Amino acid sequence: MSNANLPSTVRKSKGDDIVVSANLDYVTMTIADQMFGIPVLQVQDVLGHQRITRIPLAPPEVAGSLNLRGRIVTAIDVRLRLGLPGRPKDKPGMSIVVDLRGELYSLMVDSVGEVLSLTKEDFERNPATLDPRWREVSTGIYRLNGQLMVVLDVPRLLNFTTIETA
Amino acid sequence: MDDLLSEFLTETNENLSVLDVELVRLEQNPNNPELLSNIFRLVHTIKGTCGFLGLPRLEKVAHASENVLGKFRDGELTINPEAVSLILQALDTIKSLLAVLEATEAEPPGDDLPLIERLNLCAEGKLGNAPATVAAAAPPPPPPPAPAAPAAENRPMSLEELEAIWNSTPGPNDVPATPAAPAGTAVATRAPEPPEEPAPSHDLVLSDAEPAAAKMPAPVAPVAAAGGAGGTDAGAEAATKESAVAAQTIRVNVDLLENLMTMVSELVLTRNQLLQILRSQKESEFAAPLQRLNHVTSELQEGVMKTRMQPIGNAWAKLPRLVRDLAHELNKKIDLQMLGADTELDRQVLELIKDPLTHMVRNSADHGLEIPAERLKAGKTETGRITLNAYHEGGHIIIEIQDDGKGLAIDRIKQKAIQNGMASEIELASMTDQQIIQFIMKPGFSTAAKVTNVSGRGVGMDVVKTNIEKIGGTIEIKSAQGKGSTFVIKIPLTLAIVSALIVECAGERFAIPQISVVELVRAAADSEHTIERLKGTPVLRLRNRLLPLVSLQELLRLDDNEGAKKPEDETFIVVTQVGTYTFGIMVDRVFDTEEIVVKPVAPILRHIEMFSGNTILGDGSVIMILDPNGIASATGEMAMGEAAGKETTAVQTQRQEDKMALLLFRAGEGAPKAVPLSLVARLEDVDLATVELSNGLPVVQYRGKLMPLVPIDPHFSLANEGRQPVLVFADGDRSMGLIVDEIVDIVEEKLNVQLAAERPGLMGSAIIAGKATEVIDAGFFLTQAYKDWFGSSAQEGFEEEKLQRVLLVDDSPFFRNLLTPLLSVAGYDVTAVENAGDALALCEAGEDFDVIVSDIEMPGMSGFDFAEAVRHGSRWQRIPMVALSSHASARDLDRGRIAGFNDYVAKFDRDALLFALQQTLTDQKGAA
Repeated sequence: MSNANLPSTVRKSKGDDIVVSANLDYVTMTIADQMFGIPVLQVQDVLGHQRITRIPLAPPEVAGSLNLRGRIVTAIDVRLRLGLPGRPKDKPGMSIVVDLRGELYSLMVDSVGEVLSLTKEDFERNPATLDPRWREVSTGIYRLNGQLMVVLDVPRLLNFTTIETA
Repeated sequence: MDDLLSEFLTETNENLSVLDVELVRLEQNPNNPELLSNIFRLVHTIKGTCGFLGLPRLEKVAHASENVLGKFRDGELTINPEAVSLILQALDTIKSLLAVLEATEAEPPGDDLPLIERLNLCAEGKLGNAPATVAAAAPPPPPPPAPAAPAAENRPMSLEELEAIWNSTPGPNDVPATPAAPAGTAVATRAPEPPEEPAPSHDLVLSDAEPAAAKMPAPVAPVAAAGGAGGTDAGAEAATKESAVAAQTIRVNVDLLENLMTMVSELVLTRNQLLQILRSQKESEFAAPLQRLNHVTSELQEGVMKTRMQPIGNAWAKLPRLVRDLAHELNKKIDLQMLGADTELDRQVLELIKDPLTHMVRNSADHGLEIPAERLKAGKTETGRITLNAYHEGGHIIIEIQDDGKGLAIDRIKQKAIQNGMASEIELASMTDQQIIQFIMKPGFSTAAKVTNVSGRGVGMDVVKTNIEKIGGTIEIKSAQGKGSTFVIKIPLTLAIVSALIVECAGERFAIPQISVVELVRAAADSEHTIERLKGTPVLRLRNRLLPLVSLQELLRLDDNEGAKKPEDETFIVVTQVGTYTFGIMVDRVFDTEEIVVKPVAPILRHIEMFSGNTILGDGSVIMILDPNGIASATGEMAMGEAAGKETTAVQTQRQEDKMALLLFRAGEGAPKAVPLSLVARLEDVDLATVELSNGLPVVQYRGKLMPLVPIDPHFSLANEGRQPVLVFADGDRSMGLIVDEIVDIVEEKLNVQLAAERPGLMGSAIIAGKATEVIDAGFFLTQAYKDWFGSSAQEGFEEEKLQRVLLVDDSPFFRNLLTPLLSVAGYDVTAVENAGDALALCEAGEDFDVIVSDIEMPGMSGFDFAEAVRHGSRWQRIPMVALSSHASARDLDRGRIAGFNDYVAKFDRDALLFALQQTLTDQKGAA
């Protein structure tokens, strides 16, 4: 889909680094001006704006479901999941499709960026003072040039039972 | 039998080819126990199936082979090429027998004694050097020495061979066994045996072989020929024979089929999608190829579907045996009739209904049919009959299980229902038989007087029902006292693809499985059907019945953000049936029906019981599939039979239609007066002579206590003698008498106070028994008698235009009855329940309230626990709660706040309560 230019990015960053194995590749995305990352291997697809069927009575974080080449994908509004206000209506937004135990989920974010190859040295655990909601769904932070990237843990992001008690 | 046999042939042929290979491998690796046990198992299976199918000849050969293999396995015999070839021979025999079996559907007559003898000998370890003898004495019979088809020449050969063995074996056997001296006698005693034994067997075989040979040619000619044609030929022939059946069927992994099915489902969806596109285009060159694709896809779908289809008889196969055993055990005579056993249905569905069916047949045999004596007495034949009938009907399969027994015992079901606290006697009295029958579907219900090993354990029909509903089926019960009962199960043909009706509501589309849709009704101002409302609850008059309606929009809490442009005057009603409960689902539009593939919803959505799955429509959009069962259970009473109209409307209606018993009386001037009967403890006739004065107020000695008497009219003065009717109000150990002039009547009416009264002591006026009646405020008079019964008695008027809904939870009926009118006159819509459990049940049932008022001291769940339950994860967690308690210490207040109460009010402080309610609700509104 729209990620045609992504592989070249991967190649380039890999070529620049000498020790490839120490690096992890992340698909980056932006939500409310904050950069987030998901391990590239967990990502199935990157989608533009999609027609979504609302699901009545579903948790608010579940935006609905959509048809991805014959498979039904459950769309999750990551903004709401992170306790942020919903996306303004005029911004179409993008989605990252991930697979969790055979089910596809589409994570609705503001925009999807490039794939970054990052070294472990820049990785840090979550600061203890981080918003508990974010801490719950994040495995740690990467210090990048000029900004920080929050690594999202997909299984925990999609674990909705914890929301109820939060 | 045919199917069974061909299945057996396929399976055995497969096993045999495996065995050939394995045996050869075994010969090469004699010490591989795994290989050996595998071989043993395969042979054992063959033996077992032969025995089961009644093929004695095959069974004997297999049995003898198994013996030998068993010895190998146990290490009693060492594996040597001779033994292995003997086993292989036995396998060849089996193969040739199978060939005959396949050709004629019967075992060839005759037997394989020689082979068996040799196998037995081998098993006894006597074949150790016998092979040499055999080889020497009987080389003529080459590898297939005793091919099943008893070729006449082979017989005597084998016999000679046998004799040779017999003659040779005693020698080597005896010599090591017995020392020299007794040897002679041993031989002597043994000597007569051999000739005796072979002699009859000789005769037997001969007499058998000759007629066999004589008779043979006709039916088994080819095989006999094959047998006679010699070793390799026979083998080849047998091999081709064996594959004849095997080649027609192959065994395929079920997963593969499932996978194929999924792919075809996807194809069907894509086809639908294409057709949809085509429909929107008038002239298209794709039209013809698409039509073709359409046909091919349909045929493919049908074909793949067929691979999954199995006759329902497969699920019934065990039943005759089961019924026979049951009949024996229960001393009944039962005739089981099975009709339509070849009706085919999806493998998956078949698996799922197998157990429920077995259970129901068992039930019919145990509960339904009477013992012969009873049957005779009832004028029926001794033998009871259970009929299973399966047939197709419009995309569904109907299975009927019918018995001609005594029918369901309505009285026993009633008894049991009362015993188990499922319904009260009064409730039962108003139910139809059909409704009562439904109780047997409830968990924990069994009417069998004693628990037999067959049934009566109370797990049963509910499980049956759940299982059937799980596959989208329905179950209906018909019963006639003394004539028998019929269970009708209706299940979809397949689970994978269902036909569904597409509807639209508030701009969203939904699919409703066609199986539950009975009919569609268009309701509009100009049509003959209009939706009427009973206190806001929509109902529809349909053919002289009142059909409860469910608004999909309200149910799914769909907000019409599309701008509410739907034609307000037109609504479509999907009349839906779940079990015996019929209700209508109100939708905005109805589209056509479409074949859909049910896909399970994502795990995070599984808890929403309104949906049974989702699917992709022809136009590529995702759509939720509504689950009629879920809707029925979410909207009210489930599966309650014929009187659906009055019985099954949503809880709400029932609640609002609640009637109250009112006591009508006259006192003083003006209109007749009324008070809720439940408030009145007793009606007394007081002898005025016994009235005394205490503290300036009239009192009477009543049950060992002083009871103050309060007149309604403050200026009323008691006469000195005569009798005066008195309404006694009591709470705890306090009581008070209200003096009235005359007790008029007791009526059941919905108390709806319409005019608030200005006079103290009156709550207002209501229409009761067709007359304007003043409803008295018992609380006011209670405070007259005891100042501390409540606080003061100021009244609140109507504050809110819209009724605020209050849920009152209090275990004391007195306070419930007191507060209900009090609050309703203050402008609240009150629902009173007697404990926290009932309250939470209302929460489950989908009721909503603006505020909850709860007592603290309650049996069972206390008010604190209740508040916690509400606050933690219930739907009501945002509803404000006011605690009501006689203890109002600071500590109690704190505890209440922690538990989740917004406010805390002393129980007898009416004003405080009203104030607190008002306050809490305004707070809530401000916050919202």
